[in-house]
Formats: sequence, C-alpha cells, structure tokens
Amino acid sequence: MTDPAASYLRIEGLNKFFGQFQALKDIQLEVHEGELVCFLGPSGCGKTTLLRAIAGLDLQTSGRIEQAGTDISTLPVSERDFGIVFQSYALFPNLTAERNIAFGLENSGHNRREIKARVSELLELIGLPDQGEKFPSQLSGGQQQRIALARAIATSPGLLLLDEPLSALDARVRVLLRRELKELQRKLGVTTVMVTHDQEEALVLADRIVVMNHGLIEQVGTPADIYCNPRSLFVAEFIGEMNQLNASSTEPGQLQVGERMLRSEGGHWPADAANDLVAAIRPEDILPQANNSDALNHLDVTIGDMAFMGSFWRSQLHDASLGDNQLIADFSINAVRRLSLQSGNRLTVELPADRLLAFRR
Amino acid sequence: MSATRQKPLQARLGRDDLIMRGYMLMLALYLVITLALPLYTMLSKSFSTYQFDLSQFQIQVSDEQGNWNSDPKSAAEINAALGENGIQNFATSNDGRLAPTKLFPEFSFRSPVNYRIKGNDSSAVWLVGSKRHNSTDWLELDSNTFRRVSLRPVKSTGLANYATYFSTPALSRSIRNSLFISIISTLITVTLAFAFAYALNRSQMRFKGFFRLVAMAPILVPSLLPGIALVYLFGNQGMLKAFMMGESIYGPIGIVIGSVFFTFPHAVMIITTALAISDARLYEAAHSMRAGRWKIFRTVTLPGARYGLISAAFVVFNLVITDFGLPKVIGGQYNMLAVDIYKQVIGQQNFEMGAVVSVVLLIPALLAFVVDRYVQRRQVAMLSSRSVPWQPPRRRGFDALCLGYCLLITIFIVGLLGVCQYAALVKFWPYDLSFSLKNYAFDLMDGGGWNSYYNSVQLALYTALIGTAIIFSGAYIVEKTSGFHKGRSLFQLLALLPMAIPGMVLGLAYIFFFNNPNNPLNFLYGTMGILVICTVTHFYTVSHLTALTALKQIDPEFESVAASLKKPFYKLFARVTVPICLPAGLDISIYLFVNAMTTVSALVFLYSPDTTLASVAVLNMDDAGDIAPAAAMGMMIFYTNAGARIIHLLLSKGILKRTQAWRAGHAAMSS
Amino acid sequence: MLGKTVASIGTIAGLLLSNSVLAQTELTVYTAVEAEDLKRYAETFNQDHPDIKVNWVRDSTGIVTAKLLAEKDNPQADVIWGLAATSLLLLKSEDMLEAYSPKGVELLDSKFVDNDDPPAWVGMDAWVAAVCYNTVEAEKAGLTPPASWKDLTDAQYKGHVIMPNPNSSGTGFLDVSSWLQMFGEEGGWEYMDALHNNIARYTHSGSKPCKLAAAGEIPIGISFAFRGAKSKAAGAPLEIIVPEEGVGWDMEATAIVAGTANLEAAQTLVDWSVTKTANEMYNTGYAVVAMPGVAKPVEHFPENLLEKMIDNDFEFAANNRKRILAEWQNRYDGKSEAK
Repeated sequence: MTDPAASYLRIEGLNKFFGQFQALKDIQLEVHEGELVCFLGPSGCGKTTLLRAIAGLDLQTSGRIEQAGTDISTLPVSERDFGIVFQSYALFPNLTAERNIAFGLENSGHNRREIKARVSELLELIGLPDQGEKFPSQLSGGQQQRIALARAIATSPGLLLLDEPLSALDARVRVLLRRELKELQRKLGVTTVMVTHDQEEALVLADRIVVMNHGLIEQVGTPADIYCNPRSLFVAEFIGEMNQLNASSTEPGQLQVGERMLRSEGGHWPADAANDLVAAIRPEDILPQANNSDALNHLDVTIGDMAFMGSFWRSQLHDASLGDNQLIADFSINAVRRLSLQSGNRLTVELPADRLLAFRR
Repeated sequence: MSATRQKPLQARLGRDDLIMRGYMLMLALYLVITLALPLYTMLSKSFSTYQFDLSQFQIQVSDEQGNWNSDPKSAAEINAALGENGIQNFATSNDGRLAPTKLFPEFSFRSPVNYRIKGNDSSAVWLVGSKRHNSTDWLELDSNTFRRVSLRPVKSTGLANYATYFSTPALSRSIRNSLFISIISTLITVTLAFAFAYALNRSQMRFKGFFRLVAMAPILVPSLLPGIALVYLFGNQGMLKAFMMGESIYGPIGIVIGSVFFTFPHAVMIITTALAISDARLYEAAHSMRAGRWKIFRTVTLPGARYGLISAAFVVFNLVITDFGLPKVIGGQYNMLAVDIYKQVIGQQNFEMGAVVSVVLLIPALLAFVVDRYVQRRQVAMLSSRSVPWQPPRRRGFDALCLGYCLLITIFIVGLLGVCQYAALVKFWPYDLSFSLKNYAFDLMDGGGWNSYYNSVQLALYTALIGTAIIFSGAYIVEKTSGFHKGRSLFQLLALLPMAIPGMVLGLAYIFFFNNPNNPLNFLYGTMGILVICTVTHFYTVSHLTALTALKQIDPEFESVAASLKKPFYKLFARVTVPICLPAGLDISIYLFVNAMTTVSALVFLYSPDTTLASVAVLNMDDAGDIAPAAAMGMMIFYTNAGARIIHLLLSKGILKRTQAWRAGHAAMSS
Repeated sequence: MLGKTVASIGTIAGLLLSNSVLAQTELTVYTAVEAEDLKRYAETFNQDHPDIKVNWVRDSTGIVTAKLLAEKDNPQADVIWGLAATSLLLLKSEDMLEAYSPKGVELLDSKFVDNDDPPAWVGMDAWVAAVCYNTVEAEKAGLTPPASWKDLTDAQYKGHVIMPNPNSSGTGFLDVSSWLQMFGEEGGWEYMDALHNNIARYTHSGSKPCKLAAAGEIPIGISFAFRGAKSKAAGAPLEIIVPEEGVGWDMEATAIVAGTANLEAAQTLVDWSVTKTANEMYNTGYAVVAMPGVAKPVEHFPENLLEKMIDNDFEFAANNRKRILAEWQNRYDGKSEAK
C-alpha cells in the first residue's frame, strides 16, 4: 500500500539553542518508511539533541517536524507515535521483565489475555521466552537491552528511536546484538532512527547514515556512499582511516603535493580552490605495483614500519618528493606475500585517480 | 544568520504537562498561602504603629468662676508651648493612653477650673474613665473628672515600632543575649560533636552502634526537656546543686547546657557525614610522607571536614537562636529573642512589637540559612568526587580514650533523660521521694491533660501522612516537570524558605494571617488542620531535600519512556517512583512525626482548647509550676517517638527484605 | 464576603450534623474560664434554660482579649463570660460592650459591678494576691515569716522571693497595680525597687511562684491565695500570708458584646450569671464570689483575706496599664545580666 521510498519523517529548518549555544543548525532531513537511519557523530555534535527533538523530549527552537504527513513539531511526547530505547534502558527496576514490556499495553483497550499473549510473543521475538519473571537487575546487560527494545515496540509504534542502545554493552555482546537488532528491524519493518557515535555500528546497521558535526548535517547517504564518497574532510576522517596530504592546486583535478602533481577524479572538486587543500585517500585504496612506473599518480616509496593487523598489513610509506606528508597503506596478506614486501624495501604504489579525493582544509 | 534567531517555538502542552503544572501551581499556592502571605502579613504588622496625634484634640480651660475666657487651643499647640517640658514621645501601642493633664503642669484635681474637650473629627477618640468619646461637640468636665480623661492613639504606618524596640534596652538587649548564647552553645556543641563523630569514624572502639543510638536520643524530646532536667539537677533543690558553686542554673548557664543537649545530635549527624567522606588516599599519602598524627589531623582531617564543621555550626546556631522552649523554662531573667516574641504576644498582646522582634529574629536565622545552603552545595560537590573510605587502624590507647569520651557524653545524655524520668515518678520532690504515678494524672493539671497527648499523637500521624504525601509529590513534580523553569525555581525557593523561618515567627505570622475574620481561611483557626498545616510547612525543607535526593537517584528517562508509551505520569509515579522511593518516604514520615511530637515554637500560638498538645503541655505545666508532670509528659513524648522510630526501623527492614529481589541489583547497578 | 460564606457553610454543616432537633438559640460565648469548668457551667445553665445553646470559644485571658480586639469591627461573640475585669475595661473603652443591668444585680457586692449605670459588665468572682511561704525551706535558710509587703524588702529575704512578671502575668500586674495604689505612684516604685533587690527571678505565670514555693525551689512565692490553698491541701509545707497593708485582686466578669444579633438570649444568660445558683457554681473554682454570703470557706484559705482586699481602682489599672508595664520593664526586666 505505502510506497517504501515515501518520506515518513520530514525535518525542515530545525534549529535548537541552549542559551547562546546553537546545538542544531538548520537541519533538513527526510527518513523513509521502514528505513533504519543512524545519526553518527562525535559527542556534542547534536545527534542526541536531534533525536530528542523528534521525540518531543527537547523542543526545537524553530523548525518543523512531520511524521507520516502530520505536523508534530510542537506535539507533547505522549501524543507522538514512537517507541524509545535509551542508553540506560530505563527499565523499571521494581517491575519484572514481563511487567516492563506490558507497561504500555495496560489500560489501553487490551484485556489481560491479549496483553499476556503479546508479551509472550515479544519475549519470543527477542529470544528471551523464559526470562519474563525476572527483575531487570537479575538480567544481563544484553538481556536488559532486549527487554527495553521489546517494551518500546510493544505498542507497535510507527517510529522507533534508539539512543546509543548498544554503547553500555561489552564488545562481543555488542556485535551480537547489532545483528539481532538489524534482523528485528527488518522483520518489523518499523522506521528506525538510531543515535550512535560508533562508526562501525552505523556502517553495519544503517540503511542510511546522517553524519553530524557541530550541530550541522555534514552528509547523508548509504554506508558505502558515506565511506567512499565523503563530502567533507570531517566525514572522511571520522569514518574509516584516511590519508591526508597537504596540497594546493592551480586547476581543477590537479593537486600539487610536495613536488608531485597528482590527478584527482574522485568525489567533488572543491569550488574555487587554490591553496590549503587536502589530498585524501584511504589506506586500502593505495595499490602496490609490481613494476616501477612513471605513470599517472604512481609514486616510488620506501616501506617503513609494517604492523600486522590480521587480514592486512598496515604499512608506513615514505617518499621524499611528497614533502612532510606521510602515507599509510593497508596491503592485503596476499599482496605482501606476492610482492615480498618488507620494511626498508623500495616500492612503487599507485594512488588511483578515482580514489584520490580533494577537500578544502 | 539573523533569521535563524526567531521567537522560540512553544510546545503544545499535553495532558500530563497540564496536570503537572497545575499541581505544581497548586502546591506553590499552598506554600504561598501557608508561608509567604502569613510572613507578609506579619511584616506589614510590624510597620503598623499607633501614635498620639495631639492636633486632633481641642482643649479649653475656664477661669475659676467657670467662664470660658481663654481661647480654645489644640492639644498640639498647648504641648508646643510647654517646650522641653511637653510630651516628646508620641509612639505607643494599640492600648496606649495619654493623660491630657500632662499638658497642664499647674493641674490639680481640687482646682475649681473646668476643662472642655472636643475632637476635630470623629477619628479623635478619648476616654473618660473607660467610657469612649469621639464627639466634635465640647464635652465639659470639672477638674476631678478631667483627671480621668485619657487620649487614645491613631493607627498609622511607619518605623516607630522599630524605633521603640531599639530604644528600649530591656528589649534590644535580647539581641546581644541571643547572639551570645547561640555563639557559645555553637562552639561547645560543635567541639563536643566533632570529638564524638571523630571517635565514631576514626577509632576501632567498641559499642559504636550503641553510641550512635544514644547520640540521636535528644532529637526525640522537646528542646525544653533538658531544661526541666537541669532544674532537678542544679536548681535550688537540685541533686547536684553543689556543682553550681553558688551560680544559678536559671540563666545563661542553663540555656547553654540545655542547648548543647538538644543540638548535639544534629551536629553529630552533619560532622559524621563530613568525616565519612574524607578520602583514605589522602591518609595513605600522608602516612607515606611520615607525617605525624597531629600534622595529619591538621592538614588532612580538619580541612576535609571543614564544610561539615561550618555547616554544623550554622545549623546549631540557627537551632539555638530560634529555640523558644528551653530559655522559657530555664532562662530565668535572661531574655532572648524567641521568648520576647512570646512575652510580647501572649503576655502583653502587643502584636506589633511581637512582629518587630520576629523580624529581628528572622535576620540572623536567614543569614545562617544562606551560609548553610552555600556550604552544603560545596560539600555535595566534594561528595560526588569518588573517594575511597578510610579504614582506621586499631590503636589501643586512642581507642580507649575515644571509648571514655563517648561514655561521658552518654552519661550526659542518658543522665538528663533519666533525671526527668525519675522526677516524673517521685511523689513530691524533694519532700516525699516515694514513687507514684500521680504526676501522670495530667487531667488534674493545666495544659489539657491526657487529651493533649492524644492530640499530639494525632497531629504527628496526620503530619507524617499528609506531609509526606504533599512534600514527596511536590518534590517529584518540581524534579520531573519539563520546561517551565520560572515556575520550578519559584517553587524551589518556596520549598527552601521554611528552613529559614523560626517557628515562633511562623506561628505568629499564622495568627496574623489566619485569625483575621476577613480571611476566608479563618475557619481553619483553632482547628487541628491549622496545626498540621503549620507543622508541615515548618518542617518542609528538610523533607523536600530528602525527597529530592531520592528522586535524583532514579533514572531521569523513566518519564520519557512512560510518555512514549502514552502512560500518564501519575501511573508511573504510583507504580514505579513511589515503590522505589519508599525508604525515603518512610524517612520523611518519621522525621515529620518526631518533629510534630516535639515542636513547641510555632504551635504555642496556634493550639486551641480542643487541640492542646503534649509538647505545649510540657511548657504550660512547667509554666504553672507543675514541673514533675511536665517531666512526665516530656518522657511520654520520648517513649512515643522512640516507639515510632522502632516501628520505622522494622518497616524499613521489612520493605527492604520484601523488595530485595530487585533492590539489591538496582543498587549494584547504580553504583 | 467569602469569609462569611465559608463561615455560614460551616454553620449549616454544623446544624446538619448536630442531632438536636430542638429550635434553639445559639450563643457564641468567649471565655477564659478553665476548660474543665466550662462543661459544668453550661450544664448548670441549661438546667434553667434548655432553649439556649452555649458555644464556647475558650483561650487564655490574653488571647481572648486580643481576639476580641481584633474582631472589633466584626464581632463574632455574643457574650463574654469569665474574662478579667481589666480586659473588659479595655473592651469597654473601645465601645465594644452593650451596657445592661442584669436582673438582681443589686444583690451583688458593688465592688463587682461596673460603676456606670447601666453597668457595662458585672463581676463573677475574684482572685486575690497572697504570699506563699514554705516553712521548711524558710527555716533552713533561717528566715522569719514576713507579715507585710514592706517586710519583704528586708535584707534577710535576698534571693529568696519569686514573683510573676507583670508583663506576662495578670497576677503579677495586679500586685504591681495594688502597690502603686496603696503606696502611691512614687512610693510604689520605691517599694518595688527595694523588693527587686530580693527577687530571685520573675516567672511568666502567676501560679508558678506558689508552686515553686510548694516544691521548695524558693521559700517565698508571691502568687494568689487560692493556688496556695490548693498546694497546701496537696501536702506542701506552706503558709499563706496575707500582707497586712492589703492585697490586690482582679475578677472574672461577664458582659454582652455590642451589636449581638441575639440580644435577648444574651441578656438571659447574663441575668442568670448573677443568680445565686451561678455564684454557688463559681465558688467551686474561686474562693471569693460576687454575691456576698454565698462563698463557702475553702480549706486552708486565709480567713482575713476578704477584709484585706483593697478598694481596687480598675479604671486606674486599665488606663495606666501600658505606662506601668513599660516603666516596670525598663526598671526590672532582664535583671540578671544588668549586674
């Protein structure tokens, strides 16, 4: 019935001031029906503020929020349609897991049997069918998180808001729950907004990522898009590893790095750029070449320290012609073996023009 | 850029917001009515003055034949003509009377001259004997009758009452007395309490639990009870009279000893908290630097406890300077501010002067309050920084010293209570020392009899129940309402204010406000209701802060979750918040109960024949000279409070046990 | 307006709750009589007049007086029954009393009736000053019993006398006012200066000095006679001394509040308050009552007390009260630290 690409949540011109401090600056965003969107950014970037504005917990100073075609900009929390999971889970400690999940169902037109059935169904769904009698304090962190999730979706809200839901868990549980969360969200098809500062989490989970910094949206896009085509230096360095070389330019597509002229065809060329540019390339995009070559964007380098990272070697590369700039490259185990790379060797590498990005510093 | 800075959006208020704001406004209104308005009425009363206006009156004197030859003159003119010999001071009180014969130095009641008097308008009032006149026609009187004329004052506003106060040494001397007693008592109490708390915290002596219990006992009795004990110990028939070496216990000595007794627990509590939070790592560091014991005490212990000490000092100071019962019982001729209020109001019905003294008493109390709040905030900051509790080492000599000291304090506290109990049981001190229960036949004494005891228990129960409900829900609302900052800070201010208001001042303010026939709430006057309201208001602040502390430990997102689940806040409040905070709620209840049983100062103005109270009965029986029954009633209060505390303890334990399943883990999680 | 509405709602509620269905006149009576006596007063009165219901408003003398003064422009009381005469004089000077000559008033001792005609108030009973003397403690201290007020200024009594503070005690004030009347203005203050040297301390209440004497806390307490008689009856080693110069006294009195809506019922009550029955009733609490010959002797009550009661000038006391108290306060209050 509904168009899966239809905009479910629409945010227009949102600003939020705390006194003189502006926490959100002219936010424009659309979230599609059934989509999982992550707000990603360093602490203080405004991502939680934006989530709380959507929930109505902290009213924006100006701007408009529409959910399912209705203007909810100034609606009180209880008249909006969402479920929420906080970082602390905010489970009621004196109620059992069951009663926590049932909290929103009671006195809302359901009889006891229906509520019981729904609670069992939810416990089943989150994989804790026999933990309903326990108090939150008797459950592990991961279990508590799932109970909180079940409570949030118990009333089948149109929107699910997750505020750093996994950050209080230890690393292994986090990875496990990440997958479960994704599956659950798919299964329910509920439009979900999640706040996180963990880029890996965002990349794995999100249909689309909203990268924020200093109250501004830096970029919105699919994880691959964000990773491969960062729109700004901030996005580039916040997500994944990125080599940054000081550069200048006299004509679009041409980057002067140290004594070398490099061709850049990736991303968006910064308008009327001259000095103060950054040439950026991800370590895994630097390709080792078997033969010496003077071809475009080929560099002769000396291999510095090499650190074994499991599936690849992180290698420092030195080239006097690049000036002060240093390169880091991730070489796959295969490449290292094939080319017998080792510290101190000379090597030719290619910085593929379509992977070399230019940003204003 | 400038376009982004428009008028901020206003949230549409949901049902919860409306209910919460409405409830907060209701409670704020409650505090305004029970606190702000009465205080305002009292303040304005202190500026309501009475003075003689001589220009209102015309007086004419005849010659010896009764002919009215001379011109009629206004009394003011006649007075002016007298120059220095005339009347200079026109300030008086509501029942002031001025004899106009003072205007005629040659006056003799045997003189054949006649006098006549009239007013300029009907506001000029004079008496002939007790008969009131306000006519603008001449009233003719012979000399002998003119002698019986008194002029009455007119009402106005101004600072005259204050001028009178500060120019009457008998009144203004009380300021010095009150400050003197409060400072001395504070120094002694804080020193003794510090040593006691130090022994409890920094030694490995035995019986610590017992000493803690004993130190809290004085809280369970009215502040005037130690006064009664001191009479039996050091009065003219006292058991230990020789110790006084001819000095009288009635006066500063008695007040100071009694004050130390009743403020001791408060100081111990505060200082113990301060000592308990000092950081073991500092001690370890000091030891590793081979610092001597005295040096550690000076450089680590004292600075660590300094906010506690300052806070304790101000709390004790405030308690002593505002206390009324003790100086009333043992103060003799040594006047103090709180007693002056009582004397002015009950003794002389000079309400205006009572209000003036109240305002004077309010100043040091307010100052102490402000400093205490400031210091408390600093201490809280220290508390929140994570420190490691210090485990004192076992030191034989030091531990023995501590034990000895705590025993001495125990003897002091238990001794005073024991003397009261003994006196209550003796038939007729000092002539018949056989035991009897005749002093418990309260119905034969002034003060309201056994009824006053039952009334007190009733008051304490109502105060505990209603007070806890009002105060806890109020704290919840102010803590959890979103937005509405102005309303919330106003409410906070109102909730903190009662701590700064001495009980006497509050009680007097209540008379002015509620005893006004034009006040629609006048019907409360003289009922149990007004006693409950007054007591709840009087002890609002500490309970409010206790509730806030408990509420702040709850996850702040509960309300958000409930709202997102479309549950009204009161469902959450009832099902989650209240059960979690039950221990704090019990603490508030017992605090209110005990204080309602022991408080005298505010209620002494407000009780009626149907609502006499045990604590006031102690005062009144002592006042009437029935000292042994007063002691007996005081001990009844003690046993009742002790019983209430035991019930409180059992209840708390029971609740903790029943809810252990979730509480234990909850505590572990939040730590 | 609102106050009246609330009050009348209260009254209606009260009417609905009371199980009495008789059509009664209700009188609001302000009083300072001891609570335990009030029930008896109402019962005795209702035996003769069952159709009038008395609603008591009771408090201490000071509070009742203050309450009445506060309600000056909007009186709530119909009758005042049992308030100190000095207080009634204050009210009279505010024009708050309805002059009325009760039936049978001529049978009362004229001392007990306001000297205006018709009188604004009539007295019921009197309490009389006296000295309570603890024989045991006096002997220990080597004192001889005083016979007069002047004796009390003797150096041997230094620190052995307690009296009530006139600023808080009606008994204290009647002592001071009687000394000023007996010894004259100057002589009175001179006397008090001398007495002050012997006073150990001043108490807040009037009965306390006698109780303290009874308990041996002090040998000599200036108080009132009936209190002394009670303590003596309770077994205290007391002698009640009536100083030979004469003793001050005050009375409890009755008056109608001007502007009452129930004038007829109020008059009925005041008529009854001067009857022999009423006077007999007063006698259980007071040794001296308004109707001569009614009072039965009280055990341990000094016999010559009635003769020694001074011809008290209540008008003087009322009109000079403020001035006397201020003077007293300046001279003697807070004595201990003024060393």
